[in-house]
Amino acid sequence: MREELLSLIEKNSRIGLEELAVLLAASEAEIAEELAKLEQEGIICGYHTLINWDKTTKEKVTALIEVKVTPQRGQGFDRIAERIYNYPEVKSVYLISGGYDLLVTLEEKTLKEIASFVSDKLSTLDSVLSTATHFILKKYKDHGTVFDKKHVDEREIITP
Amino acid sequence: MTKPLSQLVENIKPSGIRKFFDLVSEMRDVISLGVGEPDFDTPWHIRDEGIYALEKGKTFYTSNSGLKELRNEICGYLERRQGISYNPDTEVIVTVGGSEAIDIGLRALINPGDEVIIPQPSYVSYEPCAVLAGARPVIINLKAENEFRLTAEELKSVITPNTKILILPYPNNPTGAIMEQKDLESLAEIIIENDIYVMSDEIYSELTYKGEHVSIASLKGMKERTILINGFSKSYAMTGWRLGYACAPKEIIKQMTKIHQFAIMCAPTTSQYAGTEALRNGDEDVKIMRNAYNQRRRFLIDAFKKIGLECFEPYGAFYVFPCIKEFGMTSEEFATKFLEEENVAVIPGNAFGKSGEGFIRISYAYSLENLKIAIERLSRFINNLRSKQTK
Repeated sequence: MREELLSLIEKNSRIGLEELAVLLAASEAEIAEELAKLEQEGIICGYHTLINWDKTTKEKVTALIEVKVTPQRGQGFDRIAERIYNYPEVKSVYLISGGYDLLVTLEEKTLKEIASFVSDKLSTLDSVLSTATHFILKKYKDHGTVFDKKHVDEREIITP
Repeated sequence: MTKPLSQLVENIKPSGIRKFFDLVSEMRDVISLGVGEPDFDTPWHIRDEGIYALEKGKTFYTSNSGLKELRNEICGYLERRQGISYNPDTEVIVTVGGSEAIDIGLRALINPGDEVIIPQPSYVSYEPCAVLAGARPVIINLKAENEFRLTAEELKSVITPNTKILILPYPNNPTGAIMEQKDLESLAEIIIENDIYVMSDEIYSELTYKGEHVSIASLKGMKERTILINGFSKSYAMTGWRLGYACAPKEIIKQMTKIHQFAIMCAPTTSQYAGTEALRNGDEDVKIMRNAYNQRRRFLIDAFKKIGLECFEPYGAFYVFPCIKEFGMTSEEFATKFLEEENVAVIPGNAFGKSGEGFIRISYAYSLENLKIAIERLSRFINNLRSKQTK
């Protein structure tokens, strides 16, 4: 049940206990208990809303920054990752295999703010060797959801 | 022209669904629960394989019985999922949907006067195909109290010296009924004793919600007398690709291939490449879709309970088959009135045979959001009917 429950609330975090109970053939109490466990175990880390900010009037620029760093003795990449993710404007930090080490996503109001974050804060960190910044021009699909796609049922209305 | 058309064909009634379709197509903004095909798009990797085949110019006929690699995958799949082994070279034919397999399978077996046993309610094409092949259809009216399973007694009661084939349509459209191992075992005994062939239409085999599907061909002594029919339409959401297959003893496949060869040549090549990919890498897609159907099924059964609508819990396909006898209307009257008053289309059960009278088929090949709206309307409709009844 655990996996099915997770995939349901991953798609729709507003789904109610009552409905979850029906869909998963369990009691509401069982579902509530399982959700509490998942939260406690840190498997469920939050309940978010997927927003297409492009459709709002709010200015928002997203950048993906590739960062090459020198890992530190005894701490590996964890310490430098922490120094980066502590900035509230940083949305995510991933350790990446391949050509660079950390992938950092940043959300700001303007290009300028991003530029200054990279040059003033990120690049000046001791273990950062180099950075490459990519700006996102358009989001087509995020978290498995295609933005701007209207679903049209093209099937015949009635078939045997 | 004055010369008459084929009497055999003219005598066949058009599908009962057709009539209702004409009615529905005149209406606007109908919420339909009347569709017999998945709402999912074909998984992208499968579509991509079809596109790739076109790009590479794989646009020629394949061998009559289908691409060798597809037949290999089909046999691998049946071995892995049902534990039945077929020889890909002699015991498999790739067809234009499961429907073609039904047609040519019947034609390959039937001599004039042979009887074909058809349990109903069931898919609309068995009876006409049997008639066109020259057989006499013998109908078994399945019962709601048996959850529309076929029982040994029912089968026994219709067997005559002319009985040739039993059609076994499980998991069932329109009832959602399944046959479990024990049910099949009790049939197999009678089938073997009376030396009957079985045409087992297992197109919904991947969509079962209570244990794994069991094919009658996997029972002892049954493979040699069974035409197993399956396809890609329901399991991989590939209805428009028109791709199915039949597996049977080589003597039968040989005759079926003759008809297929002269009438069809081969199933669409693009679809065959896509189907190969589906069987190779599609297990996970099927699982995801099955889970989604199961959730919707549970939602509907729960909703019927709340409304107080009588319905056995179906464990297969993507249909529920609630009983509407309490309203004192025929299925058609009920479906028509529901359509007119609430703009929701369901299929009258009698479209699938006389024993479907008093029931309606509701498909859950729709998103939960859609089903919620439709159920709200059904609930309102039924409450209105009931309040009128009590007056």
